Amino acid sequence: MCPECGELGDGLDGHYSDWRQSRLCSFWPGAPGWWRAWPLLRLEAGADGRYTMSDSQAEPLVKIRGLRFSRGEKRIFDGVDIDIQRHRVTAIMGPSGTGKTTLLKLIGGQLQPEAGTVIVDGKDIHALPLDALYKLRIRMGMMFQSGALLTDIDVFENVAYPLREHTSLSEEMIRKLVLLKLEAVGLRGARDLMPSELSGGMARRVALARAVALDPMMIMYDEPFTGQDPISMGVLVELIRELNDASRLTSIIVSHDVQETAEIADHIYVISQGKVIEHGTPEELMDSQSAWVKQFMHGLPDGPVRFHYPAPDLAQDFFRHSTGGRP
Amino acid sequence: MIEQLARLGRTGLLALERLGRGHLLLLAILKGMTEIVRRPFLLIAQMFSVGVLSILIVGISGLFVGMVLGLQGYYVLSQFGAEESLGVMVAASLVRELGPVVTALLFAGRAGSALTAEIGLMKATEQLSGLEMMAVDPVKRILAPRFFAGFLSMPLLAALFSALGILGGYLVSVGLLGVDEGAFWSQMQHKIDLHEDIYNGVIKSLVFGVVCTWIALFQGYDAVPTSEGVSRATTRTVVHSAFAVLGLDFVLTALMFGD
Ligand SMILES: Nc1ncnc2c1ncn2[C@@H]1O[C@H](COP(=O)(O)OP(=O)(O)OP(=O)(O)O)[C@@H](O)[C@H]1O
Ligand SMILES: [Mg+2]
Repeated sequence: MCPECGELGDGLDGHYSDWRQSRLCSFWPGAPGWWRAWPLLRLEAGADGRYTMSDSQAEPLVKIRGLRFSRGEKRIFDGVDIDIQRHRVTAIMGPSGTGKTTLLKLIGGQLQPEAGTVIVDGKDIHALPLDALYKLRIRMGMMFQSGALLTDIDVFENVAYPLREHTSLSEEMIRKLVLLKLEAVGLRGARDLMPSELSGGMARRVALARAVALDPMMIMYDEPFTGQDPISMGVLVELIRELNDASRLTSIIVSHDVQETAEIADHIYVISQGKVIEHGTPEELMDSQSAWVKQFMHGLPDGPVRFHYPAPDLAQDFFRHSTGGRP
Repeated sequence: MIEQLARLGRTGLLALERLGRGHLLLLAILKGMTEIVRRPFLLIAQMFSVGVLSILIVGISGLFVGMVLGLQGYYVLSQFGAEESLGVMVAASLVRELGPVVTALLFAGRAGSALTAEIGLMKATEQLSGLEMMAVDPVKRILAPRFFAGFLSMPLLAALFSALGILGGYLVSVGLLGVDEGAFWSQMQHKIDLHEDIYNGVIKSLVFGVVCTWIALFQGYDAVPTSEGVSRATTRTVVHSAFAVLGLDFVLTALMFGD
């Protein structure tokens, strides 16, 4: 029984099983085998070599193979293979709730998969010891869907945070860098505001400035376009493209804005119901023969994709109240 | 029947899991101590919000508890003509019991609940996730300084509580009830033992400091990341801390004074 809400279950559904998949389990990096094998902890770290040797430039920066991940009973990913090529903009698209954010968290090593591997820059991220994982994360920037800004410090300090944390630059240098990054997202004038005083779209732009503060090798953008007006949208699209090309970055964009994404992405993966439905260049996907992809890319209301979360017929549901709620 | 047994078993297992997670977290926090040596200002900032901001409530409560002790003690002791021992009685009960225990209860309500809410909200708004992705370990950066701030603040707050309590007892008994001032202080000085009374009191408040802060941090870190989850966690912090403090107080008292 769930201690929170009294709901009956095996403790594996959703909210309070979260910790087992989180890094709480990695409190003990040098753990012996029996600990990692303990079924409750569901740690299936890639047993042997931590580093898979393959660092050549031709190799994709991120290589996902046979990824499986569940939230409770719900299978979010079931055998997903994705390659993120270096110096390209790769977009991950899919309907709301398919697990795009979850995928980014898996790539960042914040969640442990049930099976499969995620190789980032030649390293199996879920088998890395904690300190190596943190070293690798310095080179990965992530822009959260919610912004995830620290609420007790202002915009300037938020962007300066990773710089202060991981470099020993002078105050003068940090100031310049931060102002540059804020200028790029058009928020240099907002440097003294607190995160609570920002709109959702502004917060996300600050988060973007923070994500690129350390000039990482890879940036993951979670829904960068939502909540942006047409002007900042255009600027953002250009900025992401520019960042990618000028600094030889690798970008992963999660989005369902088909137009903007198709405009800047070099390669698009469409995922739904735990699988990669199709992937290819934007043009290939636009001309796709698959009914599913067609519907998604052109935003048609009718087709194989259903707008509704699975539910009984509406009329049936209306006349159900006498028998009481849930089916 | 089987259903109920299964339920019971499941609840038990979940409680054990939670306990295990709590201990893992404590270990990780202790390992995070190195970070505090590197960045002492983190600890100082937290000492302020955990300790300094609790001074007012702890001080005022101490004063009033001491005054009440003076009044109540006087009525009992004067029946045996032993008013001179009032100072001893007030000081001993404060230093041994009331100081550590009441301070810990106030601490859980004032600082513990704030810690839980803060950490829980940071989790709910993905700030902890964000720190992890910036390659900053939230256990080291956020939890560890708060833990040591609580650990160090508690004995200081308890000392303040006892000191103001004794002052309150003095004001009531000497100022109001006319107990002899010399006897009040000299008896206290004579009877209160550094080891037996004061050290034991300090040990108690150190233990309570660890337990209350640990509970508060764990509840926040383990909270369901929604507004409801955080509010539940905050309540649990206060309730669990109160139980833990009162239970541990009994155990510690039995170990220290029951020979
Ligand atoms: N902490 C959690 N506990 C349980 N289930 C979760 C949790 N977080 C997400 N989920 C479930 O995982 C699924 C994928 O969530 P995710 O946030 O990755 O979706 P998404 O593709 O990013 O959606 P959106 O486009 O709306 O942001 C959802 O169905 C959600 O119900
Ligand atoms: Mg999302």
